[in-house]
Amino acid sequence: MTTAEQHKSSGIGKDLIVYVCLLALAGLQFFIAYQHIDAAQMFWRMLTVAFVEAALAMLFFMHLWNEKRAFLWFVVIFTVSVLLGMQYGWTDAFRMLVGAAPFSR
Amino acid sequence: MSQADLTMEGHTTGLTVGPAFSIPTKKLAMWLFIIADTMTFAACLVAYGFLRNGTPNWPRPFPGITNVALMTFILLTSSLTMLIGLRSARAGDKAGAFRWTMITAALGIAFAALHIREWLELIDQGMTLFKNPWGTGLFGASFFSITGLHLTHVSCGVIALIVVGVRYKGGRYNADDIEVLGLYWHFVDLVWMFVVPLVYLLNLAH
Repeated sequence: MTTAEQHKSSGIGKDLIVYVCLLALAGLQFFIAYQHIDAAQMFWRMLTVAFVEAALAMLFFMHLWNEKRAFLWFVVIFTVSVLLGMQYGWTDAFRMLVGAAPFSR
Repeated sequence: MSQADLTMEGHTTGLTVGPAFSIPTKKLAMWLFIIADTMTFAACLVAYGFLRNGTPNWPRPFPGITNVALMTFILLTSSLTMLIGLRSARAGDKAGAFRWTMITAALGIAFAALHIREWLELIDQGMTLFKNPWGTGLFGASFFSITGLHLTHVSCGVIALIVVGVRYKGGRYNADDIEVLGLYWHFVDLVWMFVVPLVYLLNLAH
């Protein structure tokens, strides 16, 4: 079944459910922002929620779920690999924080 | 038929069997653009996180969440209206598809207007690319860069929505074009889901 055919076969109900879920998850991020927790915990919780939101949007709003599995894996593996590759510099950010970087004054 | 003919025939058939991943070329091109653009936004957000993490006096200038919550609601709703527009286009309802595409564009304009209003308020308070009253000047540079890049995407998306909507109504574009544009619009929405917590919610003044 092509993506277009699947558009026709599934009703708007699924889109509405995903929309409500996304609104709820966005609301959860705002709720987390007002929790009395440290910044690191807040960051990880919000980032987790953001990734769940992104997954829902990609799979259902962008119809990645209806594409061939090979394409889905291509997008996921390629994107996640590059995103992980960008994380090499964090240790230096902590070093700057401890050593008070020049631009922080 | 010789073995060479068989091999050639098989090879030719393999090349002309269809586009990669059985996805129409325009749609595949949009996906590749989205993957590339993901890297651009990710690089900006990682650089922002690096600076924020390494800077002890990072400013927290946002007093409340009303404006950003409203902007988030508008952008999420615009994704839903885009989907309804695509569904109408697939069903052959030209008027409906055009109407929903224009509603999506209107929501994009509302989002951009709220965003610009917020920028003007921050500029009024003394925030520029290089300085602000709350702490390190890097905050202004990173805030305006990330939100400006996103706002540029929204603005381009609004223009594209109007152009594609009008051309679809005129019969020059079809439902596939609406779908390809929809991918871009959902991507803009998706990026906002990361911008909100990292740039706004982690910098609330409380």
